[in-house]
Amino acid sequence: MSAPPRIEVENLSVVFGEGARRVLAVDSVSCRVEPGASCGLVGESGSGKSTVLRAICGLAPIAGGRVLLDGQPLERRRSKAFTRQVQMVFQDPYGSLHPRHTIDRILSEPLAIHRFPRTDHRVTQALSDVGLDPAFRFRLPHQLSGGQRQRVAIARALILEPTVVLLDEPTSALDASIQAEILNLLSRLRRERALTYLFVSHDLAVIDHMCDRLLVMQGGRAVEELGKGALASGDVSSDYTRTLMKASAGFVRPAAV
Amino acid sequence: MSGVQTPPTIREWFATDTPRSRFQARSIAFWNAWQTLSSNWLAMIGLGIIVLLVLMAVFAPWIATHPPNAQNLPGRLNPPGWEGHLLGTDELGRDVFSRIVYGARVTLYIVALVAVTAPVFGLIVGTVAGTLGGWTDRILMRITDIFLAFPRLILAMAFVAALGPGIFNAVLAIALTAWPAYARVARAETLTVRGSDYIAAARLQGAGTFRIITGHVMPMCLSSVIVRVTLDMAGIILTAAGLGFLGLGAQPPQAEWGAMISTGRQYLLSHWWVATIPGIAILTVSLGFNLLGDALRDVLDPRAATK
Amino acid sequence: MTEPLLSVRDLSVTFDTRRGPFHAVRAISFDVGRERVGIVGESGSGKSMTGRAILSLIRPPGRVEASRLTFDGTDLRNLPERQMRRVRGRRISMVMQDPRYSLNPVMTVGRQIAEALRVHGRPPRDEIRRRSLDMLTEVQIRDPERVLAAYPHELSGGMGQRVMIAMMTVTEPELLIADEPTSALDVTVQLEVLRILDDLVRRRGMGLIFISHDLRLVSTFCDRVLVMYRGRIVEEIEAQQLAEAQHPYTQGLLNCLPRIGGGQGDLPTLQRQDAWSHA
Repeated sequence: MSAPPRIEVENLSVVFGEGARRVLAVDSVSCRVEPGASCGLVGESGSGKSTVLRAICGLAPIAGGRVLLDGQPLERRRSKAFTRQVQMVFQDPYGSLHPRHTIDRILSEPLAIHRFPRTDHRVTQALSDVGLDPAFRFRLPHQLSGGQRQRVAIARALILEPTVVLLDEPTSALDASIQAEILNLLSRLRRERALTYLFVSHDLAVIDHMCDRLLVMQGGRAVEELGKGALASGDVSSDYTRTLMKASAGFVRPAAV
Repeated sequence: MSGVQTPPTIREWFATDTPRSRFQARSIAFWNAWQTLSSNWLAMIGLGIIVLLVLMAVFAPWIATHPPNAQNLPGRLNPPGWEGHLLGTDELGRDVFSRIVYGARVTLYIVALVAVTAPVFGLIVGTVAGTLGGWTDRILMRITDIFLAFPRLILAMAFVAALGPGIFNAVLAIALTAWPAYARVARAETLTVRGSDYIAAARLQGAGTFRIITGHVMPMCLSSVIVRVTLDMAGIILTAAGLGFLGLGAQPPQAEWGAMISTGRQYLLSHWWVATIPGIAILTVSLGFNLLGDALRDVLDPRAATK
Repeated sequence: MTEPLLSVRDLSVTFDTRRGPFHAVRAISFDVGRERVGIVGESGSGKSMTGRAILSLIRPPGRVEASRLTFDGTDLRNLPERQMRRVRGRRISMVMQDPRYSLNPVMTVGRQIAEALRVHGRPPRDEIRRRSLDMLTEVQIRDPERVLAAYPHELSGGMGQRVMIAMMTVTEPELLIADEPTSALDVTVQLEVLRILDDLVRRRGMGLIFISHDLRLVSTFCDRVLVMYRGRIVEEIEAQQLAEAQHPYTQGLLNCLPRIGGGQGDLPTLQRQDAWSHA
């Protein structure tokens, strides 16, 4: 029997609110990611792609289905051991770092929670891993640029040495040139550490660049699952994916009348 | 020359944007806050008044010209300037200036004791209610509402009546009536940070509820609470004075500004200084705290600081 | 060539901070005719400040200086605020990034459009209503009656931005400054909004300044592109020739975008050079 997938989502449903205000944010979505693979979730706002990530790590209520890590179903409350395995990088680097904590505190706190030895060394190592000068260590987040903050967020996610990293639009708040640097950094870290990525983005090109496989989502449902190269060759079956692809190619002037 | 590192001057040490240690990072934050605060001259006046109050309380025996409780019945109710009594004497011939100086001790004692009890308790209740939500929130907030519903002075009076008059009981009563306001402020602030990504990130790192409340939520609420405390200080002094005035606070012959007004009231028309001077003292100190609180709001407000 | 609609020479925006002056825009010059001009740059390049400076929307401590800033022959420099208000909204309009922040949340859409119309004169009520409905139809809102009575929070992002465009163009301005008008929208909605803007430019002969960080989008939508870097225009180029851009910054911006089918190798990153901010 082959090894179980690193992370598997089975018929996951997420419901917010009750009664008349009940919203089915995710409607029985399934996907599996093999160890060391990178899977993309792509869709527009309200497609439920970020909610899938939040449900996996216990930030959104699971109404149906289950999530398995290395073949083991997760319990309702995520354990401390789970946080060692799965970490997340958020979209907004301005909102995901505590405004009153120095970079040093942001990076050493997870180490303190999990009682890692040699905190000092690990913090400096984590900074250099994501390409930040150790001089940044005692700065506050507002003294850093957006790209630098996102590097800190990535360093924080990786400092516990997880095997799975959930990436929620990690570059959509950044400038294009900074996006390229962060994407390169993420690719390098995945190669070096054999990480498993679940990558959420609204940008088809980013997903195509970063992922081996992708799931197109719309209105809480998975519309279509595509393998590597399917986007480039146009080998897609659903109309929605085609619309998305056309839209991301840019504006087409209507023929002059 | 290259290679030779000169130790940084104090000015450079504070001005650098790449601090080398936790201590330096913290010092710089304080320094910057101080710079902003000290550029506001109204705040400096407020701070000056408070520093003066503290100095007066600490060095009371040296500043006072007479023992505060020494009676001199033949020399009662003399106007300011009479025979070395700078601010006159009261109905028992005690020196008003010396009593004001010693009264600063009482005022400071009340202010300090309330400042370390009510806001701390309010902060804990507010952040716990806000972070946990659900039933905890409902119960804690309803209790807060009940306390808020009573007029402050009446509630304090009821407590003092039950506990017996005296300074300590007055402080206790004031603290018991003051905390709900801080709980409200802290909860409101908590609700705005509760859903933020950095709290979610802390949770994902395995941080427990205790760590999240003390390490992540409280620092965000602290500044609003501190500002609120300084602005409330005037009210606290007035409540203490009010209790003293009603005879429920400091007991005679202890010099306390509110009690001094209370006794001076009988002679207000004929001997204005007995009641007016402690009134001016209360007014000045209240003003000092208000001025400082206003400026602190500008310095500490996290929303203003993010830009 | 005829006189351009908007002519800007040596426009500078400076902010006096405690650490000395900060130059957001450094002496830039350009002309806009009845065409679509894109201003592209990364955050902090001064592109938004340029748009705001044209409409005198820079507040102290910011300062605006220019050796020439004319709109249709009128000198916009030192124009008294009263007259500036008449130009703003009636002849030049501005659409901002997020409709949620630029629409008044406690007023219905109908009232806000009517307010915009009342800027010049007091047209009768039925005319206001007719023109509002026409305008909403023009921005391809299917049920204008309902939208007119709706509050901004009842509209989706795309709908809100359409209402915003309707509001800003109901006075038939000659120039529209759109500051990242589609950045908060989904790609599919983005295209609809662009189509509406495109339509307005072509049918009314309106001039459009399209400010965006998205070089690819601008290159497909605009006629001409100004590339800004650190407050300067480093390159001005016909949109269709963007692929042959000369300046290393423009090239770098184009190359660092991932492409579908571009493989998973490292993306070329932008190597910034100090010389760019002096040229």
